[in-house]
Amino acid sequence: MRATALKMVHELARQDPRVVFIGSDLGAGTMAEMAEQFPERTFMEGISEANIVGMAAGMAMEGYIPYLNTIAPFFTRRAFEQIAVDLCLQNLPVRLIASGGGLVYAPLGPTHMAIEDIAVMRALPNMTVVAVSDAEEMRRLMAASLAWPGPLYIRVAKGGDRVVSQAARGFAIGRAIEYAPPGDVALITTGVMLGRAQEAAELLRTNGIIAGILHIHTVKPLDVRAVHAAASRARLVVTIEEHSRIGGLGSAVLETLADRRDTPMKPMLRLGIPDLWPDEYGSQESLLEKYGLTAGQIAGRVRQAFQELPAQGRP
Amino acid sequence: MTSSPVVAQQGAMPYAPDSPPLDARSLALRRLVVRALRPGKRGHVGSAMSPIEILRVLYDDIMHFRADQPRWPDRDRLVFSKGHGCLALYALLADKGFFPLSELDRFCRSDGMLGGHPEAGKVPGVEASTGALGHGLPIAVGLALAARMAGRTHRVWALLGDGETNEGSVWEAALCAGKHRLANLVVIIDDNKLQSFGPTALVQDMEPFADKWRAFNFAVAEVDGHDPGALRRLFASMPLAPDRPSVVIAHTVKGKGIPFAEFNPDWHHKSKISESEFAALDAVLGTD
Repeated sequence: MRATALKMVHELARQDPRVVFIGSDLGAGTMAEMAEQFPERTFMEGISEANIVGMAAGMAMEGYIPYLNTIAPFFTRRAFEQIAVDLCLQNLPVRLIASGGGLVYAPLGPTHMAIEDIAVMRALPNMTVVAVSDAEEMRRLMAASLAWPGPLYIRVAKGGDRVVSQAARGFAIGRAIEYAPPGDVALITTGVMLGRAQEAAELLRTNGIIAGILHIHTVKPLDVRAVHAAASRARLVVTIEEHSRIGGLGSAVLETLADRRDTPMKPMLRLGIPDLWPDEYGSQESLLEKYGLTAGQIAGRVRQAFQELPAQGRP
Repeated sequence: MTSSPVVAQQGAMPYAPDSPPLDARSLALRRLVVRALRPGKRGHVGSAMSPIEILRVLYDDIMHFRADQPRWPDRDRLVFSKGHGCLALYALLADKGFFPLSELDRFCRSDGMLGGHPEAGKVPGVEASTGALGHGLPIAVGLALAARMAGRTHRVWALLGDGETNEGSVWEAALCAGKHRLANLVVIIDDNKLQSFGPTALVQDMEPFADKWRAFNFAVAEVDGHDPGALRRLFASMPLAPDRPSVVIAHTVKGKGIPFAEFNPDWHHKSKISESEFAALDAVLGTD
C-alpha cells in the first residue's frame, strides 16, 4: 500500500509539475525513480519532521503540492504543532503519507505504532483524514488527492493487504462506500478493517444475522448522510477500527448519530484498541487478536451484542 | 559582544549598541505601535520596539513589494517568525499602505483583522501565520526552495527572535538551508538579549551564537540593529556568500526608544497599560 502510494506520487509528478515529494530519511532507495526523473522535485531530508512539514507549507504557499512520507507517529506526535499551525490553520494542500497506521509496527513497539493518529488529526480544523482498505483503493485515493483542497492525512496500512475493495463501487474523498446493504446490523469500518468486516459478515450470515457494511475511508469529513442512512435501517450499529476507541471512527459515528436529536440513538458497539499502550510485540495480526479484532472475534462480539439487544418492538 | 550572566542579572544592559539617536521616522513608526496598543491597552511592547529599524530599512530601501498587490509574484518574501512582535510589522505594513492606518485602532478587537499574532490570509502583506515560535524558518526554507524550483529570483527574508532560536525546529531548518545552499535566503535575528523570563544569557545562553550559524553552513554578519545606515549597507550586500544562506545577527535593545521599557522584562508583554504609562510613552516618543 505504501509502495503504491509512493509510485503514485511519481505518477502524479509526471502529470503535474506542482507535485513535490519530501521524505525524512526513509529507507535506502525510496523514491529512486522519481529522484532520477525529477531530482529538483524529490527531497530526502534529515530526520527532522518539524522542518519538513514547515518546509512543505512554504512550498505549498508558492503553489506546489507537496507529498510527504514518514512513519505515522513521527508526523502526528512529533510535528503536531507544525501540522496544526503551518498546514491546517493556513489550509495548505500538503499530503501526509503516514506509514504504519494502527498496529503495523507491532514488532517495533509503542513508539512506532499509530493508535491515536486519527483522533488527533480529526480534531484539527481543515484536515481531511483518509484510511483506505488496500493498495487498489490507495491508487484511487492518490489519483483523487491531486485536486483535493487543503491538507490531507493519508493513513497507510502494512502493505500486501488482501485486496478487498471494488473499483466498480467508485471512489471519492469524503464519500462512504456501501459494500453490503444494511440488515440487522450495520458494520461501519475504516482502513483494512473492511476486509475483516466482510469476513465477519459472512460468519454472521451463518448465524442468521444479516450485516450491512459501510466503508468509511474518509473519517473526516465524515459522510454523515451515509452513516445516518446505514444506522437508520439497522438494529445495531458497529464500528470497527484499528485505532483507539477514543476519538477515531467510532467516536465520529457516535457524535454524528448523537447530534441527530430527532432520531432515537441506535444501540452501538464500538470495536477498537482499548485505552492502553500496546504492551506486547509480536505482529499486527497477533495484536489485533489480542484486542478482539480478527474476523472471527468481530463476528462473535457482534453476535453477542445483537443477542443482548432488547427484543424488537419493546419500548 | 556578550556579557557575563552576573552583569545581566544586575539589570544592566548586556549590550548597548552605540546607535545613532532615533530619527523622526523611527519615532513615528514607534508611535504607530503605541497607537495600536491603545484600544486593548495591551501588546508585546518590548518585542515590537527592537525590530523597528530592521523592518524600516527592509520596507523603505531593500525589499521589492507592491502594497496594492500583496501577492505580486515577484515580491520579496518576509516571514515574520517572531510573531509576538507583530505590532512592528503592522506599523510598517500600515505605513506602506497594505491596509489603512485606522486598522491599528482595532488591534486585537473582535472587529479587527490585526491579532496579537499575525495571520496570513487575514492581513495583507503577512506571508505566514506565526506566533508559535520556531515555525518561520522551516517555512522560509520551503519558500526559498520553491523559488529555486520555479527559477524565480526574489529573496526570502526570515526575521527571528534570539529567544526563538531556543527552539529545535530552528536548527532543523538551519541544517536544511545549509545543505541546500540557499543563497536566496537571509535570516535576520532580532538579537535583543531578553526573552520572556529574563536575559537570554541566563534563560538559555545561545553563545557562541555566530559560531553556531557558521557551523550550520551560514555566512554570518553582525550589525547594530538600530542603525539604519549600517542595516541598509549590509542588507544591500546580500547574499553574504554566493553559495550559502546568510544570517544577519542584528544587535538590538528590547523596548528600544522607551527608556523605562528598555531591557525590562515587564515590558515584554504589557497588559492593562495605564493612562499615566501612555502619557509617559507619548512624552518619550512625541506626538504627531
